[in-house]
Amino acid sequence: MPEITYRGAIHDAMVEEMRRDKRVFLIGEDIGVYGGAFGVSQGMLAEFGPERIRETPISEQAIVGAAAGAAMVGMRPIAELMFMDFVLLAMEPLVNQAAKARYMFGGKAKVPMVIRMPSGSGTGAAAQHSQSLESILMHIPGIKVVAPSTPYDAKGLLISSIRDPNPVCFVEHKLLYKIKGEVPAEEYSIPLGVADIKHEGRDITVVTSGIMVQKSIAVARKLETEGISIEVIDPRTLRPLDTDAIARSVKKTGRLLVVHEAVKTGGWAGEVMASVSESPAFDYLDSPMRRLTGKDIPIPYNRNLEAAAVPQEEDIEREIRAILNNQY
Amino acid sequence: MGTEKIKAAYDNLQTEDVLKKAKELGLDNDTLVNMYRTMIKIRLFEEKADQLYALGKVHGTMHLSAGQEAVAVGAGFVTRDDDYLLNHHRGHGHFIASGADINKMMAEFLGKETGYCHGRGGSMHIADITANNLGANGIVGGGIELAAGVGLAVQMQKTDQLVLVLFGDGATNEGIFHESLNMSAIWDLPVIYLCENNHYGMSAEVARVSSKVPFKDRALAHGIPGYFIDGNDVLAVYEFMKNATEYTRTGKGPVFIEVETYRYFGHSKSDRNLYRSREEIEAWKKRGPILRFEKLLIDAKLINDVKVKEIYQDMGALIEKAVTFAENSPEPEIKDVMEWVYA
Ligand SMILES: Cc1ncc(C[n+]2csc(CCOP(=O)(O)OP(=O)(O)O)c2C)c(N)n1
Repeated sequence: MPEITYRGAIHDAMVEEMRRDKRVFLIGEDIGVYGGAFGVSQGMLAEFGPERIRETPISEQAIVGAAAGAAMVGMRPIAELMFMDFVLLAMEPLVNQAAKARYMFGGKAKVPMVIRMPSGSGTGAAAQHSQSLESILMHIPGIKVVAPSTPYDAKGLLISSIRDPNPVCFVEHKLLYKIKGEVPAEEYSIPLGVADIKHEGRDITVVTSGIMVQKSIAVARKLETEGISIEVIDPRTLRPLDTDAIARSVKKTGRLLVVHEAVKTGGWAGEVMASVSESPAFDYLDSPMRRLTGKDIPIPYNRNLEAAAVPQEEDIEREIRAILNNQY
Repeated sequence: MGTEKIKAAYDNLQTEDVLKKAKELGLDNDTLVNMYRTMIKIRLFEEKADQLYALGKVHGTMHLSAGQEAVAVGAGFVTRDDDYLLNHHRGHGHFIASGADINKMMAEFLGKETGYCHGRGGSMHIADITANNLGANGIVGGGIELAAGVGLAVQMQKTDQLVLVLFGDGATNEGIFHESLNMSAIWDLPVIYLCENNHYGMSAEVARVSSKVPFKDRALAHGIPGYFIDGNDVLAVYEFMKNATEYTRTGKGPVFIEVETYRYFGHSKSDRNLYRSREEIEAWKKRGPILRFEKLLIDAKLINDVKVKEIYQDMGALIEKAVTFAENSPEPEIKDVMEWVYA
């Protein structure tokens, strides 16, 4: 299988869907000659022209509002927000319009749109350009939240997101854009709402997403040499959340750690743990469930502080050892 | 009012008439030279920041204002120390012109504890709250969101301060722009909206993304006096800013000034300059604000080549000192990472 980057996988998914379906178009800031702030749409203007690579003014509320409006009447827009942080400027059309149209109009409307948004810290962009806001989005019925961690997942999930008849928030961690992975040359897709076991193990389940999947796999490989067996589960879709897959793994390992970059309070780790508490898997737990998350602070600018604000591999390793040794 | 740019009054004047006009505006010879010196300080600061970035010493991204110095100095020399400044992401120049300590600025860029924000903010979020500098902003239009509220507070507190809010052409397409202008207009708030039209918001050329230009027409639509002037003429910026502050300070309400200028560096570090030509950039450099003002001051015999060299050396030395200060400053301590979330 050819190896491509996460950025390339997202690019290819958009290009292939735009070739396949005339209703699909990309709308956002600086997506033309500039190629998007993270270079994801490079070259697309040349192939599809300005009509379908629709560059906008700096107007996030209008971008998401326009995408929702177009989606309601038969188009399949992909809106690119330059940073996930800017979805906050567009919460009204996303939450009060797109998310609710189908339900409040008695099941008669459809809003098939994707909003792509680069998330996360690690680039020194500080408080207003580094947030992981997926938990906020997950709180809203009517929208789906997808957060791929590999090039393979990114392409397969984006294709499904574009074909999905609902508003989908597609979260791309910035540090993932450069990573490479195998992606089939032939067409494929990955259904939304299905978790993936990224690393099989017996001793503890680690549920995690985005860049933290990569970090958790690295820790799992390292501890494997000591005979510690870690199961890394990537939900891939945060809403709807594949609670069955999580429960199955917890029944097997008897221990659970949830790792995410988003801040702790109100973060989706709580949702995962609640789902286990409510299920028969709870009876299989050998120790308290734990979460390792971003600290409850805005992301600081300074390099060292920034790194300290979110879980690193050493933190994940330490937390796993603590749980296995019953030291919390 | 037409849509034409108001011609820089100074372009067609003889040197002595310019000096006479400057005097009428309250600018003596020393102040004129000082304005020039501040422009050089900003330019050299930006060039140094660019170098430090290339060396990997500045984390993250930053937005340089080289080419736009006349706006910063023309405005910064008008406002009072106790006026409020709401800066934008391309605001190093405004910060310097309003009297900031470049040691603390440089330290902030390097993420040091001695920086203005103790290394928590960086270039995009630099602020000096105690000096009524309410910060740069990483959100396009972020300052505009706050401006009416700061103006409202000034009005309710019955002082004669005013609010200077800076933003680029791109920010005028955020919905909040109209909401803020409308609110300031209906309540006669003491806010000066200063729009730096540098022709591009990232790669977006103004005319392609803006329904109606010049932007001052949008202000007129809200019943706010609006002007469109040459932003590479420091005296023109000074004059319009001075008139605007006199109007606004006396409770007559907001003013909108659009200045035409140009940025030399790329938008930020991800910019490959694909949307504009080298020729265009070079042409603007020939009409640059520093060159123009320098020529005027030399013609007026307020400075000469020797003095110019001396000013460059002095400002360069100040900036080197700032870099040394920043590099020798301590990093913030990890144990303090949870501090300052709540008051
Ligand atoms: C709400 C929001 N949208 C988009 C961005 C990304 N962005 C940062 S600066 C910029 C261009 C701003 O253009 P303009 O306001 O003209 O200022 P200039 O950069 O030209 O000085 C963009 C799109 C942002 N920081 N905030």
